[in-house]
Amino acid sequence: MSEARTAGPAALAVENIEVVYHHTVQVLRGLSLTVPTGQIVALLGSNGAGKTTTLKAISGLLPMEVGAIRGGQIHYQGERINDVAPHLLARRGIGHVREGRHVFEDLTVDENLIAAGSALIGRNIKPEPELIYEYFPRLKERRSQVAGYLSGGEQQMLAIGRALLGKPSLMLLDEPSLGLAPLVVEQIFEIIARINREQGVSMLLVEQNAMAAFGIAQYGYIMESGKVVIDGPTDKLVKDPDVQRFYLGYGEKSDALASFRDVKHYKRRKRWLS
Amino acid sequence: MNAPFDWIALAEFALIGVFSGGLLALIALGFVLIYKGTGVINFAMGEFMMLGAYFFYTSHVMWKLPMWLSLALTLAAVAAVAALIERAILRPLAGQPVISILMATIGLASALHGVVDAVWGGNNYEMPPLLPRKAFTFGEILIPGQVVWSFILAALIITAFTLYFRYSRTGIAMRAAASDPMTAYVLGIDVRRTQRLTWMFAGVVGAVAGIVVGSMTSLSPALGGAALGVLAVIILGGLDSIAGAIVAGLIIGVIESLTAGYLGGKVRDIVPYVTVLLILLVKPYGLFGTRQIERL
Ligand SMILES: Nc1ncnc2c1ncn2[C@@H]1O[C@H](COP(=O)(O)OP(=O)(O)O)[C@@H](O)[C@H]1O
Ligand SMILES: [Mg+2]
Repeated sequence: MSEARTAGPAALAVENIEVVYHHTVQVLRGLSLTVPTGQIVALLGSNGAGKTTTLKAISGLLPMEVGAIRGGQIHYQGERINDVAPHLLARRGIGHVREGRHVFEDLTVDENLIAAGSALIGRNIKPEPELIYEYFPRLKERRSQVAGYLSGGEQQMLAIGRALLGKPSLMLLDEPSLGLAPLVVEQIFEIIARINREQGVSMLLVEQNAMAAFGIAQYGYIMESGKVVIDGPTDKLVKDPDVQRFYLGYGEKSDALASFRDVKHYKRRKRWLS
Repeated sequence: MNAPFDWIALAEFALIGVFSGGLLALIALGFVLIYKGTGVINFAMGEFMMLGAYFFYTSHVMWKLPMWLSLALTLAAVAAVAALIERAILRPLAGQPVISILMATIGLASALHGVVDAVWGGNNYEMPPLLPRKAFTFGEILIPGQVVWSFILAALIITAFTLYFRYSRTGIAMRAAASDPMTAYVLGIDVRRTQRLTWMFAGVVGAVAGIVVGSMTSLSPALGGAALGVLAVIILGGLDSIAGAIVAGLIIGVIESLTAGYLGGKVRDIVPYVTVLLILLVKPYGLFGTRQIERL
């Protein structure tokens, strides 16, 4: 890790966390990652690796699914937050945009934003829906429409806008590209990068679309079976042959589905062969 | 030979039905609030009514406190009981099988019944009439004043709740929390608080309904059973729809009034259910229900 990554309290520091569901199923096995203040950090990994679980552990949602952090520490701006309730974390500036968008379908766009204003309780900040509508003009046109009728892209915009309304210092974004057309993904990632730049929001960006994520993130982690298997600045990661082959979809198509363990396997084999 | 059909009587029964449907809709609102807000069917709704009526009687008649003060005390007390029930019984059961939660609210109902019996005994008490009795006349049709005023009161309360859920920030947050608690949590909504508030609102609604029903009839532990008659309303309206509760309340009100008028009291209790069953054959989730009733 470079100097810049360790100086000052990070926006988020996850150290060696172990997460268990239903007292038995262990999903995270000593996962560590850091989000330096002001940066976008990407967290990649195949389906079931534990990315969403990592975000739930950070935002305090685990108890709602009979999950628990068994070991390790999570620090937000230098303070331990392992056992803090989710609504209190939101009010302290952690904005979690859940996988699958989860807009309140029966509420209008405006009402979705009003509900999200709860994150400002106790902070003496006024909600600024106009700021959200500046980033997402499409939402402004649909502000009095019921959110269930929005397109997938618009719902994702609303989900991000809703979190942004709570004036977060740290945003957790769970697969914002999920199920969206490439053009829409491009738009949304552009806005995410702008929010990071203009609002100074640190971000942990979970993605399966590694290309899109590396495009805006400064640092990346790749996880498998509950722990990080490779990490580094994104400009280094994109040049890493293994990352290219298995996460950026270079080479044969079927390789993209293979796991990183196979990469090691494959390396060993390569050594034997050469 | 036959006497000509008495259209006036029919109109009178139907109108009385519509007006008494207001109270049914109000009680149904109590069920809908809790079901929408927490996913629980509260079988102790009738007991909230009962508590409201008994508290009010105690404060107003026995302690001779002024009516408005008694009303305020009663609503606060029932709301507190509802909050306590949510905290002590429903929250620990969160995540448990539906059937356990159902049994818990049924058990709660009989426990509250027992408490009322122990404290006030099984006697009938006369409540002072609260609503004006002066009858309303529409041409030749005569509607008892209490029935009309109970309708107006119910309409006011239901309107107030509707406006609250539509325009207040807490009301909007409550709707958000009801539709997706986990997402509500990460947006800073204290979902436990909104659920507690939901129970308190239902307690207030039940207490008002109980006081009105008690003042129109008389006060006995049988009052708790009144809410069970409303089950037909919520099944018909769909458990999660306030609009459904209103429309279904009026429909059941009319059916009850017509059957009571033409067929007599005994049949009155059955006909609404038969009607509801027939309607459910066509619309399985009720007239306005959107969700499957997973919790029953
Ligand atoms: N609520 C839960 N209860 C039990 N197991 C879960 C739960 N949520 C996720 N898991 C399991 O944890 C693993 C990681 O899931 P998840 O964190 O959603 O992965 P990802 O987001 O990387 O696809 C999966 O094997 C999944 O089945
Ligand atoms: Mg996931």
